[in-house]
Parts: sequence; C-alpha cells; structure tokens
Amino acid sequence: MLQGITLWIREERAHERVNPLGLATVLDPAQLLVAFAKNQADSLAVAEESLREGVLSCVLIDISRPLNLREGRRLQLAAKAGGTTGLCLIPEGMGSNAAETRWRVRPAFDAEKGDSTLMHWEIIKNKSGTIGAWDVQWSQKARCVHVVSPVGLRPGAKGTTG
Amino acid sequence: MWFPRLASDRALKVRPVDAPFALTLNQHNTDRIYCLNQQAEALGLHRTMRLADARAICPTLVSHSAQPDLDARFLATLRRWATRYCPWVGYEGPDGLVLDLTGSTHLWPDETAMLEDMRQRAQHAAISLRLGLGETRGAAWALAHYGDTVGALGPLPVAALRLPPATIVALQRLGLRHINDLSTRPRGPLARRFGPEVLTRLDQALGHIPEAICPAEEPPHYAVRLTIPEPIGLLADVMAAVERLLIPLCDKLKMHEAGARKLVLTLRRVDQDSQQVELRLASAMRDATRILPLFERGVGAVDAGFGIDVMRLQAVIVEPLPLQQIGTIRQAQPDQLNDLISRLGTRIGLENIQRFLPADSHIPERSFRMAPAAASPPQNGWGSVKPRPLRIFSPEPITGQGAQPPSRFRWRRMTLTTGRATGPERIAPEWWMDDDGWRSGLRDYWRIDTHEGRRLWLFYTPQNPGWFVQGEFI
Repeated sequence: MLQGITLWIREERAHERVNPLGLATVLDPAQLLVAFAKNQADSLAVAEESLREGVLSCVLIDISRPLNLREGRRLQLAAKAGGTTGLCLIPEGMGSNAAETRWRVRPAFDAEKGDSTLMHWEIIKNKSGTIGAWDVQWSQKARCVHVVSPVGLRPGAKGTTG
Repeated sequence: MWFPRLASDRALKVRPVDAPFALTLNQHNTDRIYCLNQQAEALGLHRTMRLADARAICPTLVSHSAQPDLDARFLATLRRWATRYCPWVGYEGPDGLVLDLTGSTHLWPDETAMLEDMRQRAQHAAISLRLGLGETRGAAWALAHYGDTVGALGPLPVAALRLPPATIVALQRLGLRHINDLSTRPRGPLARRFGPEVLTRLDQALGHIPEAICPAEEPPHYAVRLTIPEPIGLLADVMAAVERLLIPLCDKLKMHEAGARKLVLTLRRVDQDSQQVELRLASAMRDATRILPLFERGVGAVDAGFGIDVMRLQAVIVEPLPLQQIGTIRQAQPDQLNDLISRLGTRIGLENIQRFLPADSHIPERSFRMAPAAASPPQNGWGSVKPRPLRIFSPEPITGQGAQPPSRFRWRRMTLTTGRATGPERIAPEWWMDDDGWRSGLRDYWRIDTHEGRRLWLFYTPQNPGWFVQGEFI
C-alpha cells in the first residue's frame, strides 16, 4: 500500500478513464491526483518537477513516444534528488536504452480463485544482473505483492502430480 | 438620502420599461411586490401586495424577480459616489445613506446648493431620491421619509420616529398623531405605557441623545505600482523589481489576514505597449519568497522590447487567510503540496490537475467525478460492495449470443477464451438522468477471466440483445 500522495500524469485522451473504485484495493482514491498534459513534453516537465520536489510518494507517467537518453537521464536525476519513486508506463517496444531494468507485466489467468489479481512479472532487461520471471498476486489483506509459484507447477493444479 | 425606489430603479437602468413595473420577491411561498415604479404606484399598487392581486388590478404590469444582493451592491456604489460630498457616509437601512455634512458644506455656497446638486445628479441618473437635512440623524430620516427636505419636526406624523408598526398604531389610536403631540406629553406615562423606545427615538430625533454615524469602511485595495526611471529588460532586473513589488503587497495581505489566489503583473513598455503575466495559485498565499519563483516562467516569456518602465502588481482574487499558530508539530506537507500544484499549474493549467471525488451513483461512469485539486479538498466515502474495473472506456461491441457470456470472442484484434465468468450483476439505468449510453436499457455485468490473462468487464443488454466490453480489472 502506498502511503502519501500519488500523482498520475496522463495525456489528454478521452476514450479511456481510470476508475478510482477499481483502484481502491491498492490505493486510497483520495490520495491520488491526476495531471492531464497536452503533450509529452509537458508531461515530462511535470514529472521532472514533481519527482524533484519530494512531496509525493510516487509519480506515475504514461508516455506515448520513446524517451530519448537525455529525457530518461533527467527523470533519473530528478527522482534521485527528490527521493521519489517514479514509474513510467511504457507501451510495448518504446523502452529507453538508458534504463537500468525493464519489466514486462501482463495479467495471468488464475484457475483457482475468482477476483484474483495474478500477474506475470518478467524482467526483460537488467544491466547489473540476470533476468527472470515471477508470478505475483496482490494481497489485499497484507497490502503488498506476494510472489506465488508459476501456474503450471503449482501443487494441486490441474495436470501436475503432487 | 433615501432612495425610495432603489431596486426598481436599478432594474430599469439595466432594461428600461415604459409601463407599470414591479419587482417581486418570494416570501412565505407567495410572490409579493418588493419594489415598484411610479407608474405602478399611480395605479394603486403598493409594496407587499401579492403579485396575483397586482396583476388583477393592472393586467399590463411588467414584473421581474428581485435580486437583493445586487441592490446591496448598487447601494455600495452609491455610497462611494456620496463620498464626493463628505467623507462620513454610512448606510441607513437597505435603501438609504446617511451623511455627516458637518464641516463639508463650505465647499458649496450653502446647504441648499449642495442639496440641489445631489438632486440634479440623481435625476440625471434616473434614480428617485428624497433628501432630508436635519440637525440629527433621526430628524434627517424623518424629513427624508415624511417631510420636505428641510423644516420643522413638529407637524410630522409619529411614524417618522422610526418606531415599530405596532407602536405607531397604538399611538395613533390614542390620538397622538404628530410628533408635537408626543413631545408635549409628560414623559412618565409614555415610558410606562410604551417602554423606553418611544422616548429614545424622540430624543434622538430632537437631539437630546446623540446618535453616531458609522461610516462604512473602504475595502482594502491590493495593488502596487513601480515606476522605474530607466527602462529595464533583463530577466534578473525584472525579477528584482517584481520582488520589490511583492514585498509590500504581501505585507498588506498579511495586515488584512488575507492571501492571494490570483495575481496579475502588468508590465508597461517604453513604447506604451503593455503585457500581462497571470499567476494562479493552488492555495491562498502571502509569502513573497514562495510566490516570487512562480513568476519566473511567466516573466521569462514576456517580450521586453526597448525596456519596461512601469510595473503594476495586483492581487485579483483574494481569500481570507488567518494567521496560524506555529506549533511544535510540523505540518509542512499540505503547504508543500500546494506549492507543487501551483508550480505545475503554471505549466499545464491549474484546472488540469484533478482529483477524484466520490459520487452517489451505481452507474459505473458516474460513480465518481473529477474536480480541480486546487479548488476541492479530498473527500472520503469510497466504498463499493462489488469489485470494479480499473479502467473503463465507452462500450465496445463484441459478438455473442444469449444471456450467458460467450466462451470465445474477439476484442481489439485479440482472440480471447473465457476461463471463468462471474456474475451477473444487474445495473438499471437512472431514469431521472437522460443518458444516451444507457438507452439500451438494463445491463447485466459479468467479470470474465480469460485464459490469456486479461480480466474484462462485459455486459449484456437483455432488452436489446448484445454484448459489450466496458472495462478491464487490475
């Protein structure tokens, strides 16, 4: 569970909206601010400013074109100066070369229980380590992410022995 | 000064009508006449009359609803105008002004010339005005309402003493119709019969008891100006000048316990061209060191031309900001956040930084609303019994038949197979809201966990068979 205020920087697009009620299991909607920027230059400027300030606990940014080296580095420095976590939601294939690590996240089917939040987290680039993949689940009771064993190998699952 | 038809005069100035005219105010569930013009009065209409009765008497009556707040503002304007005669001007009820002319009449040849000037100006502005000039406030009131500007108080009716209506009726029943009758009576029985108020009012009118005039205070003016002998153009110079303007402005704001929400900096160049820099703040502020850096971006965009020689800084929107106790517990968080919001607002616009507020509706699109973060405090009260998707979009049709969810479907160029379907949850449209999206009637919502991973929110419309995707869960 994130403590403190989260800022989500989005570009002005009307066809898709964030529903705060869907987010309520992860984050208190009262703690979320949304900034609508006209273009990516504006949203990057807003992200840099808010990362540097250090008041927010997390800054989320949606991007629509790849970040270049300079922009990526500036965001890194701003996050370091402010001590704020910055997360960049990158569409497929738009990663920056400057990234230390890059993750691919996709939802996974959970055969066992409904209202599950099983996800497949895969680290696809790591400058200082190995890559790997984990299946994780958001635990609403503990307010954190739990790592679970991959679906195919889970004991008791269909098609496995033991 | 008494403006007997203040409200209707104001309304007629905005939209002139050459016919019987009345303003109505809804009191106790009835439209009653609040103010009327001379033509209507001549036909026998009067105040507090029901509008329906007035219509019966005069079918051609033109009426509008009254706006007492605008009338009060109009009276404040008239009060400012009246300060041309003397500095001590106060309000006398909702439709009058009281002026303390002592020591101001020497500017005119004599008092009658001054009164004539007032009368002419009011006539010119088409405002009906009645004047009363007296030794005391009470006498002036009596002469304005019941007398003829100047004269003796004696022959005026007792109603001129500013007494409650019940007392006036009682006095008239006893045969005390004029002030003379009252002032020659022995005081003891009067006080025993009517209480002290009658005698107090009488003494105030006759000048035995003083009655002060309380002049209304001028509202503070939050603007400062700087004229520079040599034109300046460098960003650092202009910012230094802005700082010199900001400090006295902030001191003034502090003195009145107020804070600025919107500041406008006007820069006049040597060639008489002027440019404005507007700064809107997320919260009321009066701290010069915090406001100054926010101006940098706007001032940087200004074209200085041959130089700037006059600068004017005005706090356009001002909000009360009381002094706060400095405590040992640090509460810097909201301040810092508001600073950040102001700073981001100068870049993308303050209204583009929004927060979610809960709304009372079962319709997923209307179960929340968004409001500018600077204008609305966060609200709690988030709660939903059923899980809701994280992202919602306008419904996208898919192929599917029957009331049960399809086992395979195509959505956004992906083929998906249903792994588990949870539902249905029926949501009925809100008939009191006209919404085009909900014309198709009831919706049965299903949560579909697909084998491919995506968890989608589908709905089926039984009254108008069809399947749609409307959202995606975490």
